[in-house]
Amino acid sequence: MMRRSGNAPGNTTNDRIDTMVKSIVAAAAVLGTVGFTLPAQAAAQEGGTFAVQGATIHTVADGVIEGGTIVIRDGRIIAVGSDVDIPADAEIIDGEGKHVFPGMIDSFSSLGLTEIGAVAVTNDAGELGRWNPHLNAHTAIHPASEHIPVARANGITHSMVAPGGGGRGFGGGGSGIQGQATLVHLDGWTVEEMEIEKTAAMVLGWPTLSTGFRAFAGFGPPAGGRSFRRAQERFDEEVAEMDSWFVAAEHYRQAVASGSSRVPRNIQLEHLSRVLDRGMKVIVRANGWREIESAIEFAEKWNLDLVIAGGNGAREIAGTLAEKNIPVILGPVQRLPQGEDTAYDDPNTLPGVLRDAGVEIAFATFNSSDARTLPYEAANSVSWGLSKEAALEAVTLGPARVLGVDDRLGSLEVGKVGNLIVTDGDPLEITTRIEWVFIKGVPSDLDNKHDSLWEEYRNRPARRVTTTTT
Amino acid sequence: MRHPMTRAAERVGAGCLALGLALAVPSGAAAQEQPILITGATILTAAEAGRIEEGAILFENGRIVAVGPASEVEAPSDAMVIDGTGKFITPGIVDAHSHIAADAINEGAVSVSSMVSIHDVIDPTDIALYREAAGGTTTSHVMHGSANPIGGNNAVIKHRWGADAQGLLLQGAPPTIKFALGENPKRAGSPTLPGQEARYPASRMGVMDVVRQAFIEASEYKAEWDTYRARVADGDRDAIPPRRNLTMDPLVEVLEGTRYVHAHSYRADEILQLMRVAEEFGFRIHVFQHVLEGYRVADEMAEHGAHASTFSDWWAYKMEAYEAIPHNAAIMTQRGVNVSINSDSGEEGRHLNQEAAKTMKWGGLTEAEALATVTINPAIQLLIDDRVGSLEAGKDADIVLWENYPLSSYARVRTTYIDGEVVFDIDADLAMRAEIEAEKAELREMLGEADEDDDSGNEREPGRRPGGGR
Repeated sequence: MMRRSGNAPGNTTNDRIDTMVKSIVAAAAVLGTVGFTLPAQAAAQEGGTFAVQGATIHTVADGVIEGGTIVIRDGRIIAVGSDVDIPADAEIIDGEGKHVFPGMIDSFSSLGLTEIGAVAVTNDAGELGRWNPHLNAHTAIHPASEHIPVARANGITHSMVAPGGGGRGFGGGGSGIQGQATLVHLDGWTVEEMEIEKTAAMVLGWPTLSTGFRAFAGFGPPAGGRSFRRAQERFDEEVAEMDSWFVAAEHYRQAVASGSSRVPRNIQLEHLSRVLDRGMKVIVRANGWREIESAIEFAEKWNLDLVIAGGNGAREIAGTLAEKNIPVILGPVQRLPQGEDTAYDDPNTLPGVLRDAGVEIAFATFNSSDARTLPYEAANSVSWGLSKEAALEAVTLGPARVLGVDDRLGSLEVGKVGNLIVTDGDPLEITTRIEWVFIKGVPSDLDNKHDSLWEEYRNRPARRVTTTTT
Repeated sequence: MRHPMTRAAERVGAGCLALGLALAVPSGAAAQEQPILITGATILTAAEAGRIEEGAILFENGRIVAVGPASEVEAPSDAMVIDGTGKFITPGIVDAHSHIAADAINEGAVSVSSMVSIHDVIDPTDIALYREAAGGTTTSHVMHGSANPIGGNNAVIKHRWGADAQGLLLQGAPPTIKFALGENPKRAGSPTLPGQEARYPASRMGVMDVVRQAFIEASEYKAEWDTYRARVADGDRDAIPPRRNLTMDPLVEVLEGTRYVHAHSYRADEILQLMRVAEEFGFRIHVFQHVLEGYRVADEMAEHGAHASTFSDWWAYKMEAYEAIPHNAAIMTQRGVNVSINSDSGEEGRHLNQEAAKTMKWGGLTEAEALATVTINPAIQLLIDDRVGSLEAGKDADIVLWENYPLSSYARVRTTYIDGEVVFDIDADLAMRAEIEAEKAELREMLGEADEDDDSGNEREPGRRPGGGR
């Protein structure tokens, strides 16, 4: 049995991983089992036995255990509690003064799909055309994206990666069917190793009911726009267009089910038809309450398993959302209020209002480079009516339920996947340090582009002053 | 010997006198009526006094009278006493890079636009003034945009919501000018819109050339004026003044050290090059804005005497931001550069306290150093630290009362004072919401009546909509 104190200041993560690899190999050798090595960059394969001993364990599902121990073996949590037998071959992390939480889930991101917002060739989050039910974010995820280790180092262990936009603004691609989102662990040599659910949901951009428009690049007619009646007509046309795709998908499904050999394969309809009769989650990006209401009506017509993403105006119909069990993946809390006359703290109060009404909520960054700020999105609601516990749940177990993977992820319970973080405090607080990240039951490398550059340049020798030539 | 602009300023001053000191008192801004004592709070002064537990602050006539332990600060009998027990007090936040409250920010038709000024386009109705005050921001440096290597002149304002454009200005703030390097000023050289003509420059070589050529011209222009003034001083009555050049005047002030350069920059190489160009002409780059790779040339910046105003953790939104690291502020601070954290955004400007807190997490700045990045440091950068940026007797009563610890993701503002006047208070805000709702209901009723009358089928003219916004 190897004992280990926490992450000593000054030790780089690589050092820790190296040391850990050595001790695991040593332990394995002592026990006469077959030794294995962890990859230097990431350790996505399941294996090994680890215990965090004597820590405060925030299970999310079942309260907080002071002086508790959690044991992970072969990728899964096998024990959590205050009186737990630690297997003889376990690698032990001293949890004295530490806190253990489930790893955080970014419920809607473009991680791996975009690298540099303004450089078009590095963006794969959006595709041409409005009707792309057959495209899957999984296809384009770049496991070596620099954004992934940056997010991971702040305790984000998995994310739903969705198509439909990209870059810093991640504005989404307007109305249409944007494609399939994939749920991944934020560690792995390939996307297959990262995969949790290859197809987690179908993402739809709902039409917007807008009477105004912004003049393009300062040109065009002044803002002010169309009448509400005209806006409603346009909106109805776009919803009808969406409906026609579902009609076609339903017909395609019936045709295929008939067993006829004369049905030409249509890959768009083949994929879209899978969402019918609640066969797959349908995430609809909608913000205004009228748009959300319209999406709900549509989902009921087609018997869809609806999740709203965005939901800025959801407070107006919180009761309806709760009653119909429709969860909301909340757009960033750190955003501007919708209108000039909207309360300054409208984004901050919304999560608490929805939660109090009984709506399931999950936080998301809708971003890639900013994915590490997920915990602050949640924290920014806490002084405005959302409890700390609810905020934590909305970045862990809440999103796991929303995405239908709470049987495997989101809390510290026996049998669940070993995605957890060890910290020196509350992970939603800015100054908290994330000391260990376990993904699929194995310690992840916390090194990243930013820490490497920091190490390099903080150690730049003081400049010798030379004469400046001009 | 005076520069033409100094004489112009004198003329404006004379005009003020003629108008009965109309500009001396900010129009529309109320003056503090009653002394206020806030007592029992933890005060983070951003001054030598550091952190004062159970402190008190007294302010009167818009100025701070005393700050110290509660037992040592006595209030006059007519003071309003506010119990600050359990709460925190900081100086009003100073944002060294903002674009709020301006009708336009880029004069992009020319590559040197030093003839224009933000002072001419201040929009006092921008709700961002209020929303940022609700996040503790009281002073902002409203900057010209980054379309040109040499941009326009900037304005320093206080968030005196309700005052007119003139009333927002922080009178006496030394003049500043925007420069811009890298990708943004290069854009005009590689137009993306059909039919748009390319405008020099298109490369970092060209950007630096534009700056150098402008200062060659400014130096010649300055010499003409110097010669003229010397002749006048010698009693030459036939001396003819050179023709005024409004583009050159601000650059002459830069050469004379009376107008301060704030240079938008990203990459280490362009930061270095601009310092060398400035040194060629004998002036200093006062503040590098954004300066995301400042960590690579921090020693050179310290040696030149440049300050840095950067972001907390934004990165990867464009190529020149791909090597940005959140430790940037810490490395530059630790190498002797005065560093501020700015918003560049009406959203980010609502939680600069949280952005400052990130410098404690990334790079390990102390609480005092972190707070300084959004208070006294930006005040120093704008040369207004005799007025704002810290809580010291004699300074402007720009004060934020926080419900809880301000350098936290849970922080929330209770009251923001500017010049001793409340510009934001949570209770007043809640009361105002009720008024706004009542007003909206009234307008809706009027609209409803109008709709009933309007059976012509004609759309209402956009310009005539009640509440149509500005």
